[in-house]
Amino acid sequence: MKLYEYAARRMALLVFVLLGVTLLTFILSRVLLDPLAAYVTEKTNPNAIPAIKRMHGFDRPPWEQYFFYLRDLFTLDLGWSKVGHMSIVDAIATYFPATAELTIVAIIITLLVGIPLGVVSALKNNQLADHASRVFSLIGISIPVFWLGLSLQYFFTYWIKMAYGLPALPSTGRYDPVLAINTGFKKITGFIMLDSLIQGNLIMAGDALAHLILPAITLAFLNIGVITRLTRSSMLEVLRQDYVTMAKAYGLPQRLVIYKYALKNALIPVVSATGLMFGGLLGGAIMTESIFAFPGMGWLSYRAIVYNDSNTVLAYVVVASIIYVVVNLVVDIVYAWLDPRIKY
Amino acid sequence: MVLSRILEVADLKVEFRTYRGVVKALNGVSFNVDKGEVFGLAGETGSGKSVTGLAIQRLLPGNAVIVEGRIVFDGRDLLSLKEDEMNKIRGKEITAVFQDPHTYLNPVFTMREQFRDILLTNDREIASIKDKREIEKAVHDRIIQMLTEVQMPAPERVIKMYPHELSGGMKQRMMLAMAFSLRPKLIIADEPTTALDVTIQAQVLELMKSLQKKYGTSVILITHDLGVIAETCSRIGVMYAGRIVETGTVDSVYSEPLHPYTQGLMRALPRADKDLKVESIGGSVPDLVDLPTGCPFHPRCSRAMEICRKINPRTLNIDGRIVECHLYDGETSRGRVA
Repeated sequence: MKLYEYAARRMALLVFVLLGVTLLTFILSRVLLDPLAAYVTEKTNPNAIPAIKRMHGFDRPPWEQYFFYLRDLFTLDLGWSKVGHMSIVDAIATYFPATAELTIVAIIITLLVGIPLGVVSALKNNQLADHASRVFSLIGISIPVFWLGLSLQYFFTYWIKMAYGLPALPSTGRYDPVLAINTGFKKITGFIMLDSLIQGNLIMAGDALAHLILPAITLAFLNIGVITRLTRSSMLEVLRQDYVTMAKAYGLPQRLVIYKYALKNALIPVVSATGLMFGGLLGGAIMTESIFAFPGMGWLSYRAIVYNDSNTVLAYVVVASIIYVVVNLVVDIVYAWLDPRIKY
Repeated sequence: MVLSRILEVADLKVEFRTYRGVVKALNGVSFNVDKGEVFGLAGETGSGKSVTGLAIQRLLPGNAVIVEGRIVFDGRDLLSLKEDEMNKIRGKEITAVFQDPHTYLNPVFTMREQFRDILLTNDREIASIKDKREIEKAVHDRIIQMLTEVQMPAPERVIKMYPHELSGGMKQRMMLAMAFSLRPKLIIADEPTTALDVTIQAQVLELMKSLQKKYGTSVILITHDLGVIAETCSRIGVMYAGRIVETGTVDSVYSEPLHPYTQGLMRALPRADKDLKVESIGGSVPDLVDLPTGCPFHPRCSRAMEICRKINPRTLNIDGRIVECHLYDGETSRGRVA
């Protein structure tokens, strides 16, 4: 079977997975949360409630509601997001790009730091560099996100400015709105970095990147520990393999042996871990986004849960699961490319 | 005579530092390999055959230490070379064929990719080409030529495959092609046929012999299979507990083994020409962490004497054959040496 056939078959299966997800989340949200809550406030006339119920179909039997819900899903008519003050489709289009940008930057930092650290750790097994990197990754795994986030804010937006007069890094939001107006920035895709680069607005791009640094480091810190440890153990395992001896026996230069022959084998488990991280982060990092007042999916869903906004919760879960399943598919395809032994 | 010598190993001692203690893997191994000769290194598992092979290539794992000894290859003392100088010998002058071709070929690269890197690193002719496209063409031609030489079926297709898509025999042919493609002076073949079916074994051995003759390569053939050595080698060294206890031409050692261990091995060999019962050697290989005093073979030796328990036998030269046993030592067996 060819790789694209495999991808196509997995796509077909994806439909059923997502149907299951919608059914589950539908039951959970319509049973546990009152869907009406999104459409009423304390000021709503109680006499109007039956009419509102009828208007949104909440008076119908649940299975009928589910079919209407599926229809709405396909027509991208997901209702009103109370916490977002806009339609849910608009809310996702607004909040998702923020999370995606944050995730991509966080993953890039994670891999750029984690993989080299793991490789060095494996090569200098039980030497000082190895111990240092192991302590570092252990710290990364152990530090609570809220503490790290607040500490970074304190040091990089307050302390370095107060103590040394250095320029501070922004600690909240995605970009400076005043700067956006002054430089004539326009939203196109919702990805601030991408939009500003399209418009050739380097000042905005720099500003957006500056806003991403602290939350991305916060997110990356935990994952760096995971990736470093995984790369280290996987690399150690691979360096003991016979094919590494073989490569050495043929006098191949050490960098070729390590960075080509060993590393490609060692990265196989790292790819799957990265994929899971990617999927998890794209769903939104609730804690990190809340600390940095970063308007992403995590922040939206957190508020939706607190304010009993079942429409938004439902949409969030569906979006997060689609992302997760698609990322998993991509991981499997990358996997098949990395390791030709995998049968699919 | 000395001019024809390609490799001289003298009194090689290797230890492994492990959690269990110091494993004395080699306890003074000495042997020579002549140019164009196939030298067989025989012995049980754990006798130090593979360690000897790896020590010559300086590929021992990190916890191994070469305590003493000398390895002279083509006039150079390998143990005194710097690592980068040694790396120039590996591949260019000494190559290796390993036991299990499945684990020694890298699973995530195509055969072409692996063969290509070996050629690009080591082949002077290819290294002298400037044009990139011509390099690729030279590499391709050389691979196909070598694969044809090892009688690989459908070489053009095989080079695009990954190791797991090849059969054991094909993989071993691939290893032979890699080993001979660089025209090395010495090939260390560590159990090259052990992982293969008997019918394929014969083919691979035959192939190795013909390539060895064609290129005049010296080969150290490491195996526990005395039948393989009888078919392939001119001389044999029998290893036991990190020492070579007997060395000689295959004819003399097989027809008249001197060392009791070799004698035991020969009795353990099934023979088609005589109706003899196959006998095994009682006991097992000694623990290399805690070697017995005296001759390491004495606990299993039926002809052990008092002296064998106390003193390690000397290396004796009996009519051009080398043996380490008190039985043939006129001085020690009479108890003159304390």
